[in-house]
Amino acid sequence: MTDTRTNPTTRPVGPVKRFLQATEIDTRLLGMIGALVLIWVGFHVYGALFNNGGAFLTPRNLWNLSVQTSSIGIMATGMVLVIITRNIDLSVGSLIGVTGMVMGILQVDILPQYLGLGHWSIWIITSLVGMFLGALIGGLHGWLIAYLAIPSFIVTLGGLMVWRGAAFLSNAGRTISPVDATFSLLGGGPYGSVGATGSWIVGIIACIGTLYLMAAGRAQRQKHEFKMRPMWAEASLAALACGAIIGSVLLVNAYPWPIGIVRSYVTANGLADDPETLFISHGFAIPVLILIGVGIAMTILMTRTRFGRYVFAIGGNPEAAALAGINTRWMTLKIFALMGMLSGLAAVIASARLNSATNALGTLDELYVIAAAVIGGTSLAGGIGTIYGAILGALVMQSLQSGMVLIGFDASIQRIVVGLVLIIAVYLDNLYRKSTK
Amino acid sequence: MTNANIANKGTPLVELRDISISFGGIKAVDRVSVDLYPGEVVGLLGHNGAGKSTLIKCLSGAYKADSGEVWINGQKAEINNPRDARKYNVETIYQTLALADNLDAASNLFLGRELVTSTGMLDDARMEAETRKIMARLNPNFRKFNVPVSALSGGQRQSVAIARAVYFNAKILIMDEPTAALGPQETQMVAELIQELKRDGLGIFLIEHDVHAVMDLCDRAVVMKNGERVGGVNVADVTDEDILGMIILGKKPAKSF
Repeated sequence: MTDTRTNPTTRPVGPVKRFLQATEIDTRLLGMIGALVLIWVGFHVYGALFNNGGAFLTPRNLWNLSVQTSSIGIMATGMVLVIITRNIDLSVGSLIGVTGMVMGILQVDILPQYLGLGHWSIWIITSLVGMFLGALIGGLHGWLIAYLAIPSFIVTLGGLMVWRGAAFLSNAGRTISPVDATFSLLGGGPYGSVGATGSWIVGIIACIGTLYLMAAGRAQRQKHEFKMRPMWAEASLAALACGAIIGSVLLVNAYPWPIGIVRSYVTANGLADDPETLFISHGFAIPVLILIGVGIAMTILMTRTRFGRYVFAIGGNPEAAALAGINTRWMTLKIFALMGMLSGLAAVIASARLNSATNALGTLDELYVIAAAVIGGTSLAGGIGTIYGAILGALVMQSLQSGMVLIGFDASIQRIVVGLVLIIAVYLDNLYRKSTK
Repeated sequence: MTNANIANKGTPLVELRDISISFGGIKAVDRVSVDLYPGEVVGLLGHNGAGKSTLIKCLSGAYKADSGEVWINGQKAEINNPRDARKYNVETIYQTLALADNLDAASNLFLGRELVTSTGMLDDARMEAETRKIMARLNPNFRKFNVPVSALSGGQRQSVAIARAVYFNAKILIMDEPTAALGPQETQMVAELIQELKRDGLGIFLIEHDVHAVMDLCDRAVVMKNGERVGGVNVADVTDEDILGMIILGKKPAKSF
């Protein structure tokens, strides 16, 4: 990322390096994608050799993987901000528990009394209350950290215990099930997916959006006479991005509804089709679309707004940020409130997917969320981190988990592997940073 | 305090009146008054811990004085934080430079005062263009616009910090040992810049250890010792030894004010 406009390097470079330089692709991102591909292919080949057929690289498994990643991925985007500003949040798993329970009570015991069972607005009110409650609790943590100067590790460690206890007390330890029918769609499943046509619409909008952003970026550079990527590099980037988008549309559309669901769907709608041959695509699951939406919104927040710039500035040099007139305490409070709100949103997805609210929901999630952010390149020293990295980190974690389930590792071995991978990933990241300095 | 033998007339740009501030019972600054006129460089001298930086931080908004007043352009100013100071066109170049190391030059230059588009989004392209413009004036050899400032040399970092102060039309500039980390050539560059800013009518507080730099750059010098003001002199009227005597012995020369 040096200013090559005046950089007199005329040394011949290989085609791969030239491609990377011209397209300005983050090599760290490539490394992560490489690791992901390695994990996926590894599990598939292992399955093919030892388990009578590889089951990893199938539309069904990858679709499930995307749904399983949603809740951790959403929280990981918030954890990036927390860690960038040199804090930590250990309470997110318990926040899922308490907000999930409150949402469960609200939509099953309270709202139907006033609105009637299955009222269309129940899922909206419930989700908003859950997110608001999360923001409130997060804001409280942030206030304790910023204004009373209690270390975030302590505040959120306390929060981890307090809110898990509160989740248990909220309904005397009883599980609430089932949740509101519309609400449960937010967790995915055949009905909680947008189908083939919906997925194509999403994919095409995404492609158009990507091309528009690239064109707008180029116009900006042109206006200020900055160095521009060569046209061939722009074109290959565009092709790569749209190819990936369309590829994922094809993938999720290749996963059909299970036969049982198709049968009941055909009967319920009085269709004449033969359920045995009817192919109904899942398409993108709603929680995955929520994750993508959150990822885009958080990326805009972090790279295009003052708020994001201040997050990085505080992480890089808190004193300098304060001297530049940034209200660092208020920023800390807002960051933790945002983290809490995202935990509330993750609780929506987690409880909808389970179709129930239990007080144990989200147990140990904080560790997976922190691991996802760190594997995704967020530096615990502060100041460095990306949203896409954290989401990819969550995908790596989840791939390991579900891959090991598929090939039949038991839970204890899974934990050992995930723990080791976390340590190795951070070590490799250190090496990478040193070599690019 | 009498200003009888000072050439400056009219309203001072800045008056710090009887500023006091203590930390944990220790008086870091004890009833110190200093003034500054447009187009003038006032040096603040003294040993480490004399209270120079602390005094000046009451003007830049980093500290709030326990007692005393700040007057700017003949009016009492309320400065409670760095944002307030910037409103009065007070800009500060800190000794530590106060740069966010993980951000690039443009992000640092505009930190806290980002340029935004009509939709309220950061206008990074325009900020970089503006940064290129001002750096072309201050440090024409500067090229590293797209790397974090942690990758810059001491002099380059210094020029980013200076650019930040100069870009926003400072009327009052505080420089805390601006040349401490610089080589001879870069020091010369800073000296030339100070002359240029003086001609533009800025008032500059220069915190310095080096008596020779003070003799070269300053119009007046004020010496502090143990949080108190020893005295002030017109640099043209005194010798190096006079100033050193003030710093070391706290001895006030005959021509002081």
